[in-house]
Amino acid sequence: MIEVKNLVKQYGKKRAVDDVTFTVNKGEILGFLGPNGAGKSTTMNIITGYLSATSGTVTINGHEILDDPVNAKKSIGYLPELPPLYLDMTVKDYLDFVYDLNKAKLPRNQHIQEICELVKITDVYNRLIKNLSKGYRQRVGIAQALIGNPEVLILDEPTVGLDPKQIIEIRNLIKELGKKHTVILSSHILSEVQAVCERVIVINNGKLVADDTPDNLSKDMSTDHTLTVRVEGPEDEIYKLLTKIPNMVSVQALGEKENGGVYDFSVEAKKGEDIRREVFKRLAARNWPILSMRTNQLTLEDIFLQLTSEDKSNGGAK
Amino acid sequence: MLTIMRREFNSYFSSPIGFIYLAVFYILSGFFFFSTTLIYDTADMSYLFSNLYSIIMFLIPILTMRLLSEEKKQKTDQLLITSPVSLFSLIMGKYLSALLVFSTGVAVTILYAIVLASFTPIEWAVFFGHLVGLFLLGMALIAIGMFLSALTESQVIAAVLGFAVMLLLMMIDPLAQYVNTPILSDFLSGLSFNTRYSSFTLGVFDFSNALFFISVAAVFIFFTIRVFEKRRWS
Repeated sequence: MIEVKNLVKQYGKKRAVDDVTFTVNKGEILGFLGPNGAGKSTTMNIITGYLSATSGTVTINGHEILDDPVNAKKSIGYLPELPPLYLDMTVKDYLDFVYDLNKAKLPRNQHIQEICELVKITDVYNRLIKNLSKGYRQRVGIAQALIGNPEVLILDEPTVGLDPKQIIEIRNLIKELGKKHTVILSSHILSEVQAVCERVIVINNGKLVADDTPDNLSKDMSTDHTLTVRVEGPEDEIYKLLTKIPNMVSVQALGEKENGGVYDFSVEAKKGEDIRREVFKRLAARNWPILSMRTNQLTLEDIFLQLTSEDKSNGGAK
Repeated sequence: MLTIMRREFNSYFSSPIGFIYLAVFYILSGFFFFSTTLIYDTADMSYLFSNLYSIIMFLIPILTMRLLSEEKKQKTDQLLITSPVSLFSLIMGKYLSALLVFSTGVAVTILYAIVLASFTPIEWAVFFGHLVGLFLLGMALIAIGMFLSALTESQVIAAVLGFAVMLLLMMIDPLAQYVNTPILSDFLSGLSFNTRYSSFTLGVFDFSNALFFISVAAVFIFFTIRVFEKRRWS
């Protein structure tokens, strides 16, 4: 559906996008993740044909964006970082204009009406865009991208400026859209990507640092074999007991917690060994209650930080 | 192209610019129609048209200043460029909308001619020669103004650049006289919009003059497209 090959964008001496390659399949929702200034928007602008790449190719539905721009652009609906709205138009006129611009061949009024209901802007339909709040403007921007029913939707930070309720609505909407469309969604909010996307691409300093499902990303990098245990009892003796457990690599006392008599331990076993049951049995035998025990699974936040801060381009993930 | 033209034309009149442009044009042209034609009891409208030359020189930058600069500033160029419309039809749509507003202004002279014709027979061929000359001049100037507007994000800068260029165009004739080198002097007077336009107001329809204005328009439309192309690559 979308094929991006060896994309490079050079701004003077700065490489905004550095040899990025990925493909997006039909019906996939791809999350595009990266800190501010990582090259997300630049990449999206290149995919949609707003900017040209210094080298590399973008193919959409078999149409090369530079050789056959009109056909490639026909299948894209794009919401840029700032929704491209004409402030002096009403929502109705604006969407009509976008409809004509896309040379859409659907029943006009019905189509526009459906989109308005989908993004919930029917109540501001006849108002000037200039008088709308940021959330509404953002939604008009999304509506604009949906017009003409494009096969590919490219949304650059679609939930920026919305209140929490709207954010959830828009996320659900995107999920819904992902059933029929191919979606690329950029964000610097990890939970959003985690909630919506089936696949995540992490980009940092213009380079692709990871390309996987959110679950795989956290699994590959997770530390399933390390636990944090909170136990009530004498610290030294618990420590000794824990170190005797088979396959144990290291035990670290994290100090006294709560109101005393309760201690946290960070426990690391050999990779691939599950020692949770053993820990429970041995502590139970001594009548030292376990108040909590959790595996130190990394959240997407941790992975993200790990991927983007350590400059190792193969940081565990592909 | 028509879509973009229609939207742009409407936006001239959803902001005050279109109205201000037309109002000022109508007032000034009305004044000169009165002071050069009616008051002298003559059917000769050539003075009116030669005065309109300097009027549109100062009005056209107002017409073109926001044409492309505003798109860039509001980021709406992203919508236009990423839509399945070629750059050529995008720019032409913009250009034609400005030309349409300009023509709406200029058309008032037809009314003047009709008023005049009710008193005395007038030479329609000469009048339409004037009109065509003014229209061609507008074509060239609007293309220049649009080009300048493509260079910047600020309407004000586009307007100031526009005025500067128009002033320069008006000063080419005196400049040509001061230059001693005959080749350079000929070159400058060859570029003079005034000379070429005034031959229309004298009732002479010289095809080379028409071609000159059309070429200027074409060249600056081409330049405008190049500005957009270049922006994608830089």
